[in-house]
This record gives sequence, C-alpha cells and structure tokens, in this order.
Amino acid sequence: MIVLCVTALIKIFIIIGALMTAAAYLVLVERWVAAWVQDRLGPNRAGIPLTKIRLWGLGQPIADGLKFIFKEEFVPGHVDKILFTLAPIATLAAAVLIYAVFPFGSLQWMAGGEPIPLGLVSGFSAGLVFIFAVNGVAVYGIILGGWASNNKYSLFGALRGAAQLIAYEIPLSLAILTLVLAAGSLRVEDVVAQQAESGVWNVFLHPLAFVVFFVAATAEAGRLPFDLPETEQELVGGYHTEYSGMRLMMYLVSEFLHMITASFLIVILFFGGWHLWGLTGAEEAATWPIALLRVAVLLVKVLAVVFFFMLIRWSWPRFRFDQLMALAWQVMVPWGLTQLVFLALWLEFVEEDPWSRGWASAWPLAAANAALLAAVWLLTAWVAQPYYDNRPRRLALPTKATVASQRAITAIPDASQAN
Amino acid sequence: MDFNWLFFWILAAITVTSAVAAVLTTHIVRMAFYLVVCLGAVAGLFFLAGAYFVGAMQLMIYVGGTVVLIGFGVMLTARTPFVRMQTTPDQWLLAMVTAATLGAMLLQATLRYPKPIEPPGIGEPAVSPGRLGTAFLGLRLEAASSGTSSQTGGDGEDAESLGVAYLLPFELVSVHLLAVLIGAAYLARPRRRPDQETGREGEHAGAERSGPGEEPRPAAVAIASGGDS
Amino acid sequence: MELPLAHASQIPLIAYLLVGSVLFVTGITCMIAKRNLIGILIGIELILNAGTVNLVAMSSPFVAGSGLPALDGQVFALFVILLAAAEAAAALAIALTYYGGYATIDVDHGDRLNG
Repeated sequence: MIVLCVTALIKIFIIIGALMTAAAYLVLVERWVAAWVQDRLGPNRAGIPLTKIRLWGLGQPIADGLKFIFKEEFVPGHVDKILFTLAPIATLAAAVLIYAVFPFGSLQWMAGGEPIPLGLVSGFSAGLVFIFAVNGVAVYGIILGGWASNNKYSLFGALRGAAQLIAYEIPLSLAILTLVLAAGSLRVEDVVAQQAESGVWNVFLHPLAFVVFFVAATAEAGRLPFDLPETEQELVGGYHTEYSGMRLMMYLVSEFLHMITASFLIVILFFGGWHLWGLTGAEEAATWPIALLRVAVLLVKVLAVVFFFMLIRWSWPRFRFDQLMALAWQVMVPWGLTQLVFLALWLEFVEEDPWSRGWASAWPLAAANAALLAAVWLLTAWVAQPYYDNRPRRLALPTKATVASQRAITAIPDASQAN
Repeated sequence: MDFNWLFFWILAAITVTSAVAAVLTTHIVRMAFYLVVCLGAVAGLFFLAGAYFVGAMQLMIYVGGTVVLIGFGVMLTARTPFVRMQTTPDQWLLAMVTAATLGAMLLQATLRYPKPIEPPGIGEPAVSPGRLGTAFLGLRLEAASSGTSSQTGGDGEDAESLGVAYLLPFELVSVHLLAVLIGAAYLARPRRRPDQETGREGEHAGAERSGPGEEPRPAAVAIASGGDS
Repeated sequence: MELPLAHASQIPLIAYLLVGSVLFVTGITCMIAKRNLIGILIGIELILNAGTVNLVAMSSPFVAGSGLPALDGQVFALFVILLAAAEAAAALAIALTYYGGYATIDVDHGDRLNG
C-alpha cells in the first residue's frame, strides 16, 4: 500500500510539474510565434537576473510567474467570495485531471517481463468517456466564475462559454464515436495500438472525423477563432474580467492546458500516438531505448500540433456568435453523423476489418473517406453560402414582399397573445 | 483502514455534506453549486464501486449536461428578489416531519436488507463498457458465458438467457427522450406580442434567409424572425 | 488491468445504502421546503441520485453483500441518468414558461387554477 501510494504520488508530481513548466514555456513560444507571424522581435530580453546574459528571453516565464505571485490578490467587494475562489480551482483541477488517462506507451523492465504501461491510470476501460466527462466538468469553472464576479460582462462571457462548450461537445463526441466504432473499445490504449499495428493512422482513414474533431477541439479549448467567452474587445475579458493575481493565472494556465490536451488527443487518436513508421516498432512490449523514443515521438508530435494551433490563432479572425452556433449545429454535427453512419455501413457491408493487412487492405476505406470528405465539404459550401457570408446584410432594403408581410402581421388581431 | 475505506469516507462525507448544504442554503446559485459537488462525489462513489462507465456517464450527462441546464435556468430567472427566498417556519416544520418519517422508514429498511443468496467473488471483473453496449443491443454476453451450456448449444434455455436484455427499454428511453426534447422546445419557444414582432421586423427583414424558391409568406416570416431574434 | 484500489477491500453494502438514504431524505426536504421552482428541481435530482447510488451499489462486484447481477444495476442506473436529463429539460422549459407568464419563480403564486 505504501509502495502504491508513493509511486502514484511520484507519477502525479512528474505529470503536474511537467505540465506547469510546459504551460509556462509554451506561453513564451506562443509570444515568439506571434512575433514571427507579425514580423516583430518578441520577448528576447529576460535572461539570468543580475547579469547581462539574455538567453534569447528564456527567463521570461519565470519573470511572469513571479509577477503573478507577487501581485495583489484583489477580491472586489461585490463578488460572491466562496464561489469566486472556488471557480478557478475547479477549472484548473478539471484541466489537469484529464491527463490521468493519457498513454505514453509501455516499458519492459527486463527481457521477458511484463510490460509496464506508462501513464497514471492506464488501461482504464472507459478512458475515452472519462476524458469527455472531465471536459464537461470544466464548464463549471467558467459559469461559476462569471456568475460570482457579479458583473454583466462576466455573466455574458459565462453564458457564451457554457453555450459554446455544450454545443461543441456533441460533434466532438460524434468524431470520437467513429474511432470507438473502428477500434471496438473505449480504452485509449486500444485506439493507439490499432493504429500502430496496422500502420495506418486514423487521420488517413477517417479524415472527415479528423476535421470535425479538430474544429470542435479548438472550440473546446477556446482558442482564438472561438474565443467568444473572453473577447477583450466586446466583453473586456469575459468571465475573468474581475480576476487578478494567482486566480487569474489559474484561469490562464488552464486555458493553455486545454490547448495541450487538445493536441494530445489529436495526436493520440488521429496521428498514431507514439507510433512512427520504421522507427518505434509496433509491438506492445518495448525495451528502454524504444520506450524513451516513443515518448519523444509523442511529445514532438504534440508540439507540432501546438505550433499549428498557435499559427491558427494569429491567422484567423474571430467568429460571430451566430456563425459559431451555425458551425456547430448545422455543419459539424451533420458531418460527424455522416462519418459515423458511413463507417458503420462500410464495416457492415464492404469490409469487416480493414486494418487486418495494413495499407493493403485499408486503402479502399481511406479513398472512400477522402472522397466523402470532399463531397461533404463541397456540398456544405454550396448549400450554406449565405450563412457564412461575412458581408453586412442589414443594409439590404426590405423587398416588397417583406413590407407586405409586415402589414399583414400588424393587421392580424391579438391571436398570438391569447396563448 | 485501507484505500477503499479512505476514499469511501471522503466521498460519502462530501456527498452528504453538500446535499445537506444544498437544502440549508437559501441562495439559489449556491444550491446549484452544492448540487454539482454532490453529483461529482456520487460519480466518485460509482468509480469506487467498479461502475466505471456509469461514473463517467454521470459526470458527462448529469454534471456536464443536466446541471448546466439547471444553471441556465438559475441565471435566466435570477432576479434579485428570487435569488434568496426564505422558507416560512411552518413549511420547514412540514418538511422536517415528512423527512423524519421517510428517513426512519428508509433506515429501518436499510438495516433489514436481506443477505444476498450468492455473494459475488472479490476477483470478479468489473462490467466493461463493451458488455453494457451489447446488453443495450439485446445480447447478454455474461449470461451466456456463465451458463452451464456452452456457446454452441442452441437449446431453449440459452436462447432465453440471450434474449433477456435491454433492447426494448433502450428504444423506449430513446423515444421518450425525443418526445421530451420536442415538448421542451415547444414549451420554451419564443412568444412575442405582435407589436414587438413588427418592431423588430424592419431590422431583420433584409436579413431574412428564406430558402431558394420559397416565397416569404407572412406566417413563415413571422415564425422565422421570432425564432431568429 | 483494472484500477488497483478496487481490489483492496470490500465496503459493506449498507454503507452505500445509508448514503443513498441520506440523499433521498435531503431531496424530499428540498422539494418540500423550497419555494423556488428550480430549487424543487434540484431536490428531484437529489432523489434520483439516491436511487442511482442504490442501484449501482447493489450490483457492484466490489461491494460486499450486493445481490443483483453486475449488469442489471448499471443498466438501470444509466436509464435513470437519461430519464433525469429528459426530466430536467422538460421541467426547465416549464419553469421558464412559468417565469414568463407569472414574472416570478415562486411556486406559491402559481395557484390560479385553485378556484
């Protein structure tokens, strides 16, 4: 029992320490990427204190952290004190808790021994559901924070955030259901193992599910094209308007953790996890060098996806709220359903196990799904053009028909008031 | 004292405390918050009891969906006089008498719960999501495998044990959910008085998005703009 | 590999049943004592959870003295969760309609049909 306790604590400390450091330094990377995109220099001054060594600005996260710690913990007089304190804690806890079920491969201590899975709770039989369950709990940090701030801007941000997160959970789950249907299991490890054994990553097999998942994960993370809960220009910060000091840092860190979570999920579910052709091997048991190599491959892939998220942030403007909702309910949900039904039909009527012989047996499904993606995309672009037209439409003059209909409505007696 | 007891005591204490706190507080938002804590701790109890899928579903549907809905309800109706509503002493008296009666009855029933006929072994594996899923589709895998007859035996008893699963209740619940959703959408549809409607009409008339080939009839325009704004 | 904690020792069923009873009693109290319509809804959620705790505990392989087959209780717990979601949607729609019609959320004022 003591051994169990100590190993669990060591694992937790490793994961949380790595996460916090990664979040701090990814903020720096994000600022560098922003500077690169906008043709600026970015943070390059802060280095080792009391010396003139600058180290390309690598001291910046430490300076930022110290600044947050030494700032005053200001609590405005009009807030609900208990909920105001609990809300950022809930957000950060939910953001960290997800990492409990991420697999980092497995390790064989000695030759012929049992492979030890790397990760906190590995082999959790409902791992995928658990990830989305904890993701759903993260809504409360936003709702409670917005409510407890007792501020109209914060409340608007909280309502927006709740609506957005709930709306995008559905396409996210649909994309996941596709992979569950393919892997026949809710374990995260099984999804990775299937991709590693067949050598065909899910992104090639189910590109439509990947697009849906990517968009929904970006929305769940609240990254820039979808950052309506905290728009600085409209809501002066949204749900964390009233926060400062460490509480604000908890919110900001958990936002970053959400992005890293999304990147981990994308890599694990769609880009083969620790698998890379010709480098890592596919069998479950791995010796020391191979196991370390797998962790490195996983982390490099995650960093690449994180970098892509940062590029997106500085490339696209924010959606309007009606566009956001239309994208979720009118595009992403039908796309996810299409992919799910298509895969079910394929597995039932065309080929039961497309993964059995790697690419040799998987290419028809991959080709069909690519064609499906193209068809669905073109169809949506053709049908839904008026919805995503950003030109102002309010200036359009009322036509004769609408004017006549207005008159008709005013002429109708109070029929609708009666009910 | 080992981990199982430790976590059980922690989770049970959180559950009971937050449930009692939800009753005692008069502030409606705190009530919803205590409900969230209570449901989360109950999900922890499910994990502890080996019902991993049910625990995750409790977190996902209940905590992540249903109570967010309640939270919306709280925020949409939370005008200052309704945030704190005191309960009169006679109502408290009525509630306490009823609760004490029910509590005494439940306590007595709990203490006299009969011993089970065959206690399941400690090493028995937990129910995996796969077996739950097949049960919803009409297959009881564990009933078939634990029976004395083998899989190949197609006798009546085996077929009967395979047939008793949850396909019909599953469908019923699905239809029920659909009906309730339609009903809820109907109940909560936006209703506006005609003067408001025409007041907003000019603003939205140009933005009206009627489908191609559909001429904007008055009723259609009224409904569409009512739902749109 | 299952969670290691679950194999440590068995909790007697009565502990879970007591938690369920407390939840049920608090839920009933909440329903009776609250005047806010949404407070009553919260009481109903507590009651439904009491039932779910009992169902899961009675069918759990890790609880000493549980009698049901492992599958039944969990399936019914899932049904309860789904029905609670449906119930909350309908009740919330009623609450908002009531709020729109009466401009209050206090159920004591909703006695217009009382004659």
